[in-house]
Amino acid sequence: MKIHEYQAKQLLAKCGVKVPRGIVAKTPDEAAAAFTELGGPLAVVKSQIHAGGRGKGRFKQHPDQPGVVLVKSADAAKDHAARMLDSTLVTIQTGAEGKAVSTLLIEEGLKIAKEMYLGVVVDRESGGPVLIASTEGGMEIEVVAHNNPEKILNEPYDVEAGLQPYQARNVAYRLGLEGPSIRAAEKLLKQLCQFFVDNDCSMVEINPLVVTADGDLIVGDAKVTFDDNAMFRHQDLLPLRDLAEEEPMEVQAQASGLSYVKLEGNLGCLVNGAGLAMSTMDIIKYHGGAPANFLDVGGGANVDQVTEAFRIILADPNVKGILVNIFGGIMKCDTIVTALLSAYDKIGITIPLVVRLEGTNVEIARKMLADSGKKITIGTDLTDAAKKAVASLGA
Amino acid sequence: MSILVDKNTKIICQGITGKSGLFHSQQCRAYAKEHRPGEDVFVGGCTPGKGGTEIDGFPVFNTVEQAIQKTGANCSLIFVPPPFAADAILEANDAGIGLIVCITEGIPVLDMARVHRAMQGSKNRLIGPNCPGIITPGVAKIGIMPGYIHKKGTVGLISKSGTLTYEAAWQMGNIGLGQSTAVGIGGDPIIGTMYIDLLKMFQDDPATESILMIGEIGGNAEIQAAQFIKEYVTKPVAAFIAGATAPPGKRMGHAGAIISGGAGTAAEKKAALEAVGVVVADSPADMGTAVKRAIDKRK
Repeated sequence: MKIHEYQAKQLLAKCGVKVPRGIVAKTPDEAAAAFTELGGPLAVVKSQIHAGGRGKGRFKQHPDQPGVVLVKSADAAKDHAARMLDSTLVTIQTGAEGKAVSTLLIEEGLKIAKEMYLGVVVDRESGGPVLIASTEGGMEIEVVAHNNPEKILNEPYDVEAGLQPYQARNVAYRLGLEGPSIRAAEKLLKQLCQFFVDNDCSMVEINPLVVTADGDLIVGDAKVTFDDNAMFRHQDLLPLRDLAEEEPMEVQAQASGLSYVKLEGNLGCLVNGAGLAMSTMDIIKYHGGAPANFLDVGGGANVDQVTEAFRIILADPNVKGILVNIFGGIMKCDTIVTALLSAYDKIGITIPLVVRLEGTNVEIARKMLADSGKKITIGTDLTDAAKKAVASLGA
Repeated sequence: MSILVDKNTKIICQGITGKSGLFHSQQCRAYAKEHRPGEDVFVGGCTPGKGGTEIDGFPVFNTVEQAIQKTGANCSLIFVPPPFAADAILEANDAGIGLIVCITEGIPVLDMARVHRAMQGSKNRLIGPNCPGIITPGVAKIGIMPGYIHKKGTVGLISKSGTLTYEAAWQMGNIGLGQSTAVGIGGDPIIGTMYIDLLKMFQDDPATESILMIGEIGGNAEIQAAQFIKEYVTKPVAAFIAGATAPPGKRMGHAGAIISGGAGTAAEKKAALEAVGVVVADSPADMGTAVKRAIDKRK
């Protein structure tokens, strides 16, 4: 689960991390009032959407308006806010459709001496959390990792004992910090690493981390993502979820116990198992098609789930055909076909449907499909099914 | 011969009184009965608070320790729900059961970090979590895979994915190939056993003549595996990497790619494996034939 910058900063501030003074605004007047309350002479008006790249992003309705802007008066704050609120911000991470902005964060300006990068993620290799730091703040860390991998420091730490003071100092010195910044870093790094563990985060990213003129360390921007599997023990965090930021169909799929990811293509797919679902996308592409989605119906695949899966696939207007690929193991193929036929009738599928089944009772299942009198094409194997499905779109 | 599982493996199920736990324990017991009639392979299960009872002929114990004492079990199959699964793994580890196979999907990743930490230097081996389990065809099935699709043979199979493993086993069966042992290692970020450990076991196992490795996007385990293959594995290896069409950032963690220095895409993994002589299938429909090509290449 992702949260907004202002929410992340509020949570971090509660743990003692230094963040800029900031006020959330939902109207232009609130933005102006926030500027006055912060006291100037400078403030930053920041669009609150989950995607990154906001500073370089522009609004669809106001092509000259950046997603993050520095202002010097309450009036300017109000003017910018009026253009940003209820407009659609397009950044490098939002895709062309962009994201609607409904909330702004107004923050005091900082005296920036240097910008750095801090992150915490789970490291598959060491099997635990790892602190990532770099002197290259304010840039996309993937770019730094690609072009200057030597500028990225990795400091794995023990999930139980937390980051040790010496580890924090090592990172601070390697970042070239000095004077009071060393002490500040020791405190901040420990706090961040503890925050990560205490809240079951899957990612914490501070980019930039601002080193002020007097050596203080302040969180410039914060991104926090929580481990969905651990939300059962963080009920208090659930209200921070912003459904407007998520793909509506992905939310609906999740509620039905399905795993769905929307893609750009036009051939829908319905598959059991994540690995097979990914491979089905791959084989569609391999034979010249473009998958419209990733969809894993899971091991159960009962009537309700299959029906819901078809509904979700068909809700995408790009979908011009569907490929069903089921490997029936413990779940028998005939059981799945029963669910499939029932869903077919309930939904009234009118676009080409290619079904590939394999596994237990496959002969019975294929006969059921053939005898159903429905316009369903049977794929004899993975390749045959993918070819037929791709061809069905051209017809 | 085989790896991890042989004729001496005695299995219990943690979470045997749950719906999935019981169903799959029954399936595993039926598989053993069919292939090794008269032998006791699946010997019971654990559910705290239900010790001393029986469920469908399986004796139930309160703790893994008791189960080991009474049954001589040396393998635990875990079906405990996600919030309690890490505790179940740690219990099995502490009781010294030997082999732990965790099927549970959805365990918090930091719980697995704690398990990983606790199992450093442990004599026990964890397979999974979020995996289909292990099968040595004709000997024992410890997991949720349909037993009949896995034919006896000489291919060692290692996979991150469940249904894709079945697909591969099925394709192999159609061209007369079977498995010495098939192991699902699981798709979670932190797992008990990675490719390298299993590649070593298969290389050292006289009954295994070739290896099929099924990977997917994210992390760099397949790249490390490629390096290990170059240094250690002399048997023919085939592979498939799922997710060539997956959009970046959607399933890969935002910073996962940083740690692995930009690695994690299917294309990079495929290239790394091909560079060390592995036959990598372009299409998931060609996993079985890729194994055959890898074997034929050596003839």
